[in-house]
Amino acid sequence: MSQIYHVIHETLYRYGAPVSLSQHLLHLTPRAFDFQRTLRHQIEILPAPVESETHVDWFGNPAQWIAVRQPHAMLRLIAASTVEVLPRPLTWRHAGGPAWENVAAQLAAFPSAAPLDAQEFALPSAQTPLLEEVRQWALASFTPRRPLLEAARHLMQRIHGEFGFDPEASSISTPLAETFRRRRGVCQDFSHLMISALRSLGLAARYMSGYILTHPAPGKPRLVGTDASHAWVAVWCPENGWVGFDPTNNCQPDLEHVLLGWGRDFADVTPMRGVILGGASHEVEVQVTMMPAQLRDFDELLAELRQRPLEKKSEGPEIALS
Amino acid sequence: MPQQLFADYPQDARRFDEMFVAAGKPRPHYADLHARLAGQDSTYIRDLFSEVDRQVRDNGITYNVYDEAEGGSRPWALDPLPLIIPAEEWGGIERAVIQRATLFSRILADLYGPQTLFAEGRLPPALILGHPGFQRPAHGLVPGNGGPLHLFAVDLARAPDGRWWVINDRTQAPSGAGYALENRIITGRLHPDLFRDLRVRRLAPFFAALRDAIASYAPQDGGPVNTVLLTPGPYNETYFEQAYLARYLGFPLVEGQDLTVRDGCVWLKTLSGLRRVHAILRRMDDDFCDPLELRADSALGVPGLMDVVRRGNVLLANSIGSSVLETGALSGFLPGLCEHLLGEKLAMPGAATWWCGETPAMEDALKKADHLVFKSAIPQAHGQHFGPVFGEDLDAAGRAALSAKVRAAPRQFLAQELVALSRVPVLNRQQPRHLVDRSVGLRVFAVATPEGYMVMPGGLARTSSEHDVRVLSSQRGGGSKDVWVCGEQTAAPMSLLRRPVSAADLVRSGAGLSSRVVENLFWFGRYSERCDNLARYLRVALGRVADNQDTPVEWGALAAFGKQIGILPTICDEREAVRPLVRSVVDASVSGGLASHILHLSRVGFQLRERLSTDNWRTLNALARSVEKTPHENVGIYEAMALLDELISSFMTLAGFTLDGMTRDHGWRFLSLGRRIERLQFQTEAIETAMRMGEEGSPEWLLEISDSIVTYRSRYMARPEWLAVLDLLIADEANPRGIVFQTGGLRDYLRRLDESLGGMPDTGIEALHTRLLHLDPAHDFHPGSASLQEALATLRCASAELSNQISLHFFSHSDGSARVIA
Repeated sequence: MSQIYHVIHETLYRYGAPVSLSQHLLHLTPRAFDFQRTLRHQIEILPAPVESETHVDWFGNPAQWIAVRQPHAMLRLIAASTVEVLPRPLTWRHAGGPAWENVAAQLAAFPSAAPLDAQEFALPSAQTPLLEEVRQWALASFTPRRPLLEAARHLMQRIHGEFGFDPEASSISTPLAETFRRRRGVCQDFSHLMISALRSLGLAARYMSGYILTHPAPGKPRLVGTDASHAWVAVWCPENGWVGFDPTNNCQPDLEHVLLGWGRDFADVTPMRGVILGGASHEVEVQVTMMPAQLRDFDELLAELRQRPLEKKSEGPEIALS
Repeated sequence: MPQQLFADYPQDARRFDEMFVAAGKPRPHYADLHARLAGQDSTYIRDLFSEVDRQVRDNGITYNVYDEAEGGSRPWALDPLPLIIPAEEWGGIERAVIQRATLFSRILADLYGPQTLFAEGRLPPALILGHPGFQRPAHGLVPGNGGPLHLFAVDLARAPDGRWWVINDRTQAPSGAGYALENRIITGRLHPDLFRDLRVRRLAPFFAALRDAIASYAPQDGGPVNTVLLTPGPYNETYFEQAYLARYLGFPLVEGQDLTVRDGCVWLKTLSGLRRVHAILRRMDDDFCDPLELRADSALGVPGLMDVVRRGNVLLANSIGSSVLETGALSGFLPGLCEHLLGEKLAMPGAATWWCGETPAMEDALKKADHLVFKSAIPQAHGQHFGPVFGEDLDAAGRAALSAKVRAAPRQFLAQELVALSRVPVLNRQQPRHLVDRSVGLRVFAVATPEGYMVMPGGLARTSSEHDVRVLSSQRGGGSKDVWVCGEQTAAPMSLLRRPVSAADLVRSGAGLSSRVVENLFWFGRYSERCDNLARYLRVALGRVADNQDTPVEWGALAAFGKQIGILPTICDEREAVRPLVRSVVDASVSGGLASHILHLSRVGFQLRERLSTDNWRTLNALARSVEKTPHENVGIYEAMALLDELISSFMTLAGFTLDGMTRDHGWRFLSLGRRIERLQFQTEAIETAMRMGEEGSPEWLLEISDSIVTYRSRYMARPEWLAVLDLLIADEANPRGIVFQTGGLRDYLRRLDESLGGMPDTGIEALHTRLLHLDPAHDFHPGSASLQEALATLRCASAELSNQISLHFFSHSDGSARVIA
């Protein structure tokens, strides 16, 4: 049984002074893969960009480059999608896989039988450096000859158990060593930590960027705009391919995770990053809504979001569909 | 006496000597040089050094050294003796370098294209994909004509058996070609007859080929091809060379902020608007080129550049991502790759290399550590520079530490066989009769042309410092030599490419100047005039302090003016003024003082390095040096005054270059606007302050500050009288220090700009000019004149407003640097 969701990701930049030129690189279009299909997708940008170009990045993720040239004190993006999520094989929840050392050896061999992207995802990256203390810590889960997925599951449980979720403890640039030392962080930090631990053992892991369904407290209505971006990890196993692990929620992603794209770490799939000319200070506000499609009509939900009052009335042209 | 120069040159049979076969016996191609030197005494050697020093100093050739406070720079180190290579030996080097460049170009094309080398197991993916220089956004881009590798350089070393080895490859933005050119100009002049007799091959055809090849490969749109040289800026270690090359090649030297992306193309922001850029020769590292796609934490480059490359609308030389081949770890795979891709044997070997990313290789390397040198296989993050570490230098603990370090991240390391570098004699500055030996390496350059790669017949020879003969590094205090390749000039293939200058290529007005350059010229004008003004004030004030003849009224006004222009902290008496006045001349840490302004001037001049003539630059260098070398403490009044005399002469010289040596284009006009505005403000304030003395104060100091005392005396033969002084300093159109001289000049320049660049809001300068000319001397030219005071106050505001308007109107393109947000 698949699940269908509407996901609306709204980003609002407010600048202290008008920005004369802004260019952004977006990773806000959900990528299709074995367990996910995109049924509908659009990005609205206000003020409308004069230039916009879509391409597929190195990792196969859809990416979009936009340039806004009219002076603007505010930039609003609404990325809205309807996606169908397909169930993973039931066996994945319990699968063990080969001994982890064998997988590491296969990845390290030259030439290697492992696919090129698995070889690549075994290498460290800027945000997931190799740290000896993390490797030592990970070895408690990766005991000799232990089946890969069993050990990964154990590692995920330990992160969930030993680390505290703390939005205050993290910014987008919290270094891994600090997360590890303070034992606190958010989904992004936990994912980077798990990836780094796996790669330090010679294993391949992907950073998965996307969203997760939240459940309102019993009796409370499902609210618009209260969800958040999410991140988790996928581990390469020769027998299964890429198997997901969510250390923040101590679960294996199935029908409640929606994927945007994957990379070596957050920097490869930052939902939105940009370069601006002028602008003095800037504030950014992000609101995410993910809800089962049967609960709301897509257009109606989008209309409601568009009506959301903004502090300053923008004087740009009509909202552009892209 | 003869032979003595070489008498105690040490011999070392274990290494190849470039000059000698045996003690006292030069190699045939060195015979002439040897004969020449052997008969000379130490005066000749000293003269050679003096001549090199003079040219290096005068041309301002520097190499910026990292990690010195505020980006220190030091003079370029050049040995007066060239490295000489005979023709037939050069032929071998040339063929090997062409083969290597071709091979590297093919490897790059595969890595950023089909990647069959991975699929076929010819190159370990981890070596490339784990290299931070592998730029994923560049994958799948068509590199454009000429391939991904336009300019290639390779560092060679000679083994004891005389064969050349490759020790390093430079595939991203090779530096050194400009230094090679500069070395050639200096060394060629030292030994002109030898240069002729040995039939040394010239370097110019190489640079012509580089320029023409880029123009021919760039996307065409019917008009002339506009190529720029993209620099990371004046603090880069080889900025001097970049500026030099840009000027030599005729490419505008631009920084990231000078370029903008629009409508799928790259544009240069110029005075007259945006001008399309067709090709970029870059000296900026890959990951800095586009802050949007390549590196999120830098705003140095050109946001959106990758998108233009993707559309094929600009040629980038070299292609983004080419630095990935700058790893010694590639060495072991090259023989196989060469046979596979070119069907030939690799012509010149690299030193035997073990990439530790392959486990058996790592184990083997650690076992043999004593005979190997360990290096980074991939560039390290900033501040984590590793090695080179020589196994033979390590004790047991050091070896264990090395082993642990390598095992923790094996892919990041490689080990290389030690190649004993060849030796070359170098003249010794301290003991001119003795030659010393240094290790030498040779950097050779190749450029892609439609006929294949062309090698520069020469190159940059780098010599070790005296401290470690195993390392060649300009960062670590090594030196350099010119490289003379003997033999006949080969036919110049670039003649096929040469395109004559057409009428469309002619550039006259300077409207194409980049906004940033124009802004710097404007400030260069302002600062040079400000320095001149401050120096004149200081000379007058110090003179008055020394004589102590002033009435309190006059000194009071002079001190008040000193406070107004930021020289004196308070309006104090003569005695108290001595220290601040002297310190302003000699101590650059006094903000707003003359010394600190001279450094400002020199810094702005530095930004304009490529636009200033050598003579201009020499004067500027001398100014900055005089400030830097003068001690701050215990300088007396007379010493300070003597220094001021010197400085003022230099300022006059600078002004002379502006007047006499610069083309009257818009750049010159902006420089002149800066000078005039600055002088107008200074003179207006000086007159206003002097007028406040009233009739009883003598305006003599005002005349002195205004450099008009001689004119006055020749005209009036009398004590300065207010009427005559004000007439001379305000209304005399012939007095270059006079007010109407400035306003008239400003009016003319603004009209010219208006004609070709479009209007700017009126700041009232022209109206004020007319008004000043119509003042009635009999009625208005006395210190108490309300109408004159009012006119001067309005003028002071208008000149400030004019400066603002010029900035807003012409420099706003360059205003506001880009920032990265997420």
